[in-house]
Amino acid sequence: MTGSASTSEPRWLRFVLITIALAFLAVNLALPLAAVFAGALAKGLAVYRSAIVEPDARAAMRLTLTVAAIAVPLNIVFGLTASWAVTKFDFPGKSLLISLIDLPLSVSPVVSGLIYVLLFGLQGWAGPWLRDHDIRIVFAVPGIVLATTFVTFPFVARELIPLMLEQGRSDEEAARSLGASGWQTFVRVTLPNIRWGLLYGVLLCNARAMGEFGAVSVVSGHIRGLTNTLPLHIEILYNEYNYVAAFAVASLLAGLALVTLVAKSLLEWRFGDSIAGGGH
Amino acid sequence: MSAIFIKTAGLGPHAFVAVALSKRALSAYRLSFGAAALAAAINSVFGLLVAWVLVRYDFAGKRVVSALVDLPFALPTAVAGIALTALYAPTGWIGAWLPVKVAFEPLGVVVALTFIGLPFVVRTIEPVLADLGTDVEEAAASLGAGRAQTVVRVVLPAILPALATGFALAFARGVGEYGSVIFIAGNLPYRSEIAPLLIVQQLEQYNYRGATAIAATMLAASFAVLLAINLLQAWDRRKMAA
Amino acid sequence: MRTILGLTLLLGIFAMTAPVHAAEQTILNVSYDPTRELYKDIDAAFAADWKAKTGGTLVINQSHGGSGKQARSVIDGLEADVVTLALAYDIDEIAAKSQLLPATWQKRLPNNSTPYYSTIVFLVRKGNPKGIHDWNDLVKPGVAVITANPKSSGGARWNYLAAWGYARKTYGEPKAKDFVTKLYHNVPVLDSGSRGATTTFVERGQGDVLLAWENEAYLATHEAGGDKFEIVTPSVSILAEPPVAVVDKNAAKHGTTKVAEAYLRYLYTPAAQAIIAKDFYRPRDPAVAAKYANAFKPLQMFTIDRNFGGWTRAQATHFADGGVFDQIEASLH
Repeated sequence: MTGSASTSEPRWLRFVLITIALAFLAVNLALPLAAVFAGALAKGLAVYRSAIVEPDARAAMRLTLTVAAIAVPLNIVFGLTASWAVTKFDFPGKSLLISLIDLPLSVSPVVSGLIYVLLFGLQGWAGPWLRDHDIRIVFAVPGIVLATTFVTFPFVARELIPLMLEQGRSDEEAARSLGASGWQTFVRVTLPNIRWGLLYGVLLCNARAMGEFGAVSVVSGHIRGLTNTLPLHIEILYNEYNYVAAFAVASLLAGLALVTLVAKSLLEWRFGDSIAGGGH
Repeated sequence: MSAIFIKTAGLGPHAFVAVALSKRALSAYRLSFGAAALAAAINSVFGLLVAWVLVRYDFAGKRVVSALVDLPFALPTAVAGIALTALYAPTGWIGAWLPVKVAFEPLGVVVALTFIGLPFVVRTIEPVLADLGTDVEEAAASLGAGRAQTVVRVVLPAILPALATGFALAFARGVGEYGSVIFIAGNLPYRSEIAPLLIVQQLEQYNYRGATAIAATMLAASFAVLLAINLLQAWDRRKMAA
Repeated sequence: MRTILGLTLLLGIFAMTAPVHAAEQTILNVSYDPTRELYKDIDAAFAADWKAKTGGTLVINQSHGGSGKQARSVIDGLEADVVTLALAYDIDEIAAKSQLLPATWQKRLPNNSTPYYSTIVFLVRKGNPKGIHDWNDLVKPGVAVITANPKSSGGARWNYLAAWGYARKTYGEPKAKDFVTKLYHNVPVLDSGSRGATTTFVERGQGDVLLAWENEAYLATHEAGGDKFEIVTPSVSILAEPPVAVVDKNAAKHGTTKVAEAYLRYLYTPAAQAIIAKDFYRPRDPAVAAKYANAFKPLQMFTIDRNFGGWTRAQATHFADGGVFDQIEASLH
């Protein structure tokens, strides 16, 4: 088949490329993952189980899920709005705005956390007022939510912008010319076009929200059973020379993320046709 | 965000230079930016390859591989740090076989940042590559272009903006990365000490101004890099449209 | 005037009634890294003791981290009822920067408000292959020393000052800097915290000797199984005093002043002192100390007040930006 020869590579080259890619992924990704599970199961299943059902671990799990449940929906709204504005309209300073969206990625997470301490800490601008009104933000759950939201902000927008750029504005312009309102256009045209990119951004955002360490570490206060998220709990276990438990809880987070990713793969497989249809 | 700059402004210019541009800080920036750029470059090459393989070829276990690419997002950075250190330490699975020391050396930083940055490159290229479809390539081929020519002249330019974005994201993420790096770096001043660690050290000494001075310097630098790349892309898009 | 009086009265009534209503009380102990195991045991014992004496239920929350970072969190509003940190300087900073407790806090409890003490010892690999017996063995070529960064770690500051104190005693003050420089020349990895340094030495197999708190050294050997490491006690070391204090304003706000004070006083009781000794800290109580005399090797100890003019001065001279430690690090590169 001439068509296939001109748009694909010879079999041997394909094989070589796949092998290189897989080898790279195996060393760079699979081995660290294996190391986590090997560490977790180093002392057998019973030790593994007890590390996971321990009350502090469960409290950390609850907190992590709560934080993600607040931060992720917020970022869906922010991300949609930002990428919609950036890709469907022209305005001065657009490049600046795109760069601003990336900012949380380039700021060290430690600094992101620090920002909130500088603002809401006792020595910060709003600190004394907050203390007088007995509102706790830093070293309590609200601070953890804020820091997590900030750090995970770019994920949805970053996933959507290239996709929306690639798709262009013609569909929206057609809808508008047929008399659809802005909101209708968004819900009926834009959203279906980007839903898989959106889903993907949400998954990334969620995974990062659950795994964030640096920023949360600065604002958490590290109170056992109260303000420790799963990653912080892992650090604590690690610092207690409890390596097996640390890797056990770590494997939990890795497992949680793997489940999400499998779910996404299944979704794609189940609705494979509509993705292809929606994507093009 | 402006809090950082206002706090820094409280520092006189001399004090600012003394903290943010000290010899030690400069070598930390060099390591942070250098390692991040190197890791992002490695990821651009391999990330492009992985994205290409995932989009264009069929092979057994492709879904598993595709899911695995996101691991660095899913794995908390501290866990990644612990796992990578365990792997690359002289006693580890990989470290035991390598002729050079990786863990506790600047090379360890590159390893950690390569791990952290990979999905940024793969996931930004993948949708664009998939959206591109094969029809343009078929068109190019039917016009008599060879395979290599088609890839270089047609496919590469189309995904270049995405590749640049991926590089920028991986780079930016690498510059700020703290959790995974401190475990594997060795943290020796002037040698394997990253800039975010300097910030933390300033904080431990109650020196908020010093910390924000370094943070502001890093922020300005990475913002400049990001802006440059975005401008480059915008320029590239205009050129393509014309 | 009358309104102020009324308000004061109202506040007084509120302050008096609040603790009565609270059948269950919660206090937060903000502590440093190596005390996790210690306070787990102490908290359980004190909560039981408190219940027996007053009938009240007490929940003690713990927060652990690097001592400097923990102090900073309290300054920034982490509402600790009590702080139990690695060095007095960190609590001094809380007093100075936040005024949450008076500057004279260290005079309020016996023994400089330090219910236990410790010292800096060496942890070496089984059989002591490099023959390390005292501080001067650490500066020999080919000996790799693991310690954390004194800029970021409170524990590592004790290590540094212990080495400095030895050098001054042996070679005189002018040569001390030279000695410490040589020692840090032998440091291949500088972790940001003491626990990180221990992990690097114990788990990652880096270095020949770890400078550590005595209790950390014991704990590490204990956790790793007794046959991998040996503890070497040098001829002379520093008297490491980790202090405790009630954070007055936080406790008053929470209505927990009484229980917080009782908690810290409890640390000096024979029951708590026994827990302290069991967790490898040196107890203050003479009777308990006599009972555990075999566990702790006698050695000459010097104090930071006598030798370095107290923490504030030691901090400014050695660990501030541009201080002696920075000069040493700069000279090595």
